[in-house]
Amino acid sequence: MSGRRIYLDHAATTPVLDEVFEEMLPYIKEKFQNPSASYTSAYEVKEKMEEAREKVAKFINAQPSEIVFTSGGTEANNFALIGLALANADKGRHIIISRAEHHSILNAARYLQKWFNFNVTFIPVNKEGFVDPEEVEKAITNETTVISVIHANYEIGSIEPIKEIAEIARDRGARFHTDAVATAGQVKIDVEKLGIDALTLSAHTMYGPKGVGALYIKEGVEIVPLIYGGIQEEGRRAGTENVPGIIGFGKACEIAGEKMDSWVKHYRKLRDKIIRNLERIDGVELTGTRDFSKRLPNHASFIVKGIHGEAIVEMLDSYGIETNTGSVCVSKAFLASPILLSMGYSYELAQGSIIFTVGIDNTEEDIDYLLEVFPKTVESLRAILPK
Amino acid sequence: MAKLKFVDRKKIKPNMTVNIVFRMCPMHLLKLDEAVKKAKIGDIIEVVTTYDGALEDIPAWCERTGNEFIGVDTSNDTYHFFVRKTNEWKKNLPRSRCDYACSR
Repeated sequence: MSGRRIYLDHAATTPVLDEVFEEMLPYIKEKFQNPSASYTSAYEVKEKMEEAREKVAKFINAQPSEIVFTSGGTEANNFALIGLALANADKGRHIIISRAEHHSILNAARYLQKWFNFNVTFIPVNKEGFVDPEEVEKAITNETTVISVIHANYEIGSIEPIKEIAEIARDRGARFHTDAVATAGQVKIDVEKLGIDALTLSAHTMYGPKGVGALYIKEGVEIVPLIYGGIQEEGRRAGTENVPGIIGFGKACEIAGEKMDSWVKHYRKLRDKIIRNLERIDGVELTGTRDFSKRLPNHASFIVKGIHGEAIVEMLDSYGIETNTGSVCVSKAFLASPILLSMGYSYELAQGSIIFTVGIDNTEEDIDYLLEVFPKTVESLRAILPK
Repeated sequence: MAKLKFVDRKKIKPNMTVNIVFRMCPMHLLKLDEAVKKAKIGDIIEVVTTYDGALEDIPAWCERTGNEFIGVDTSNDTYHFFVRKTNEWKKNLPRSRCDYACSR
């Protein structure tokens, strides 16, 4: 077993940048005041928090007033889907989501179905993991009020045509939300150009801290709050704010905005090297699109025939390589990935999923080491596992 | 309790609209206060809200702050309140949340 550790699971979470950590530190202990309080030290905390809001807004070309901080991507997705659906319930009770969505959208839709009698249409994805805008258009009825399609799915990395879908939604009078947790920091996001009503962000997948995210809600779009209490976040999300988290999130957005181009260049180089080499192995197939311009720059995902993804992850871990086999909740339950099933893979094949997501901390040497270890892993697992 | 008056919103042209539909109490008073500060004397401010407590709070707030409560349109599920900023507008109201006219 090697002593080195190589982290290739940046879709699950990223390390926190030093600059982000330092920016947060004073607000964990010394500057602890509640931003809603009415004395000078609290005003200073509030001001710093509002600066962070401006940075997050700038990162996606929004107005600061359009940003609502949440406890993370899951809450922001729940808030968007449930909040927009309930705000428009008098107009109709039909919502549309894709099969590529994160569980925080899938299960929020099921919640609306079960408790509020909503009808939900799940749009399948094609073999490359793309949602067809025409399919969305066909599913729209007079009752449709909300459409949510993920910007890019973290398991297969395909970047969805959300601009086209947003346009269809707008033409048909439905609200459009997208979950941009996977794309933030990798794909330029401009909410104006995309023409969307709501967008989810999370800090911990873009070198910020855990426990903080945001929902962008376009000015004038009505939404029912998810969490009730005080009037934090302009009465849209109650609860004392995660001040250090928000400040760290703001810093992460500022840095991502400045460095994204060079990050993406670095990611592409490493990603392409992984794909080029691993595909050559017998029984290893790339999942998601082959059009690399429509794939997350840091994302390489494969199906390894005949081997359970979890077994590969465990063996790679013994070599010091940290990677993933799908969403954490899916892999822990030994389930097949719903998106791979939707893409047409059989249940057996869908269990052999393995995902590498590179980050700014990875080097060419890291990838060389993976390329050395991976074929050995596959070979030895094939030898011991039942056919 | 301040007197409630009803109006037809089609007949009123506000200078400014504050939409706080679904927002929590006391956003209706905080946003109204913010809007009045920005407005010119004589301007009409429309507050759009779904909060039932506003039926008591906004007329009471107007009485207290010296602004004119023109009326409310309750013809659909969303309330439209109309307030005119007057010369009597009291700039130096206490800023504490409890000092607003909120009845809850």
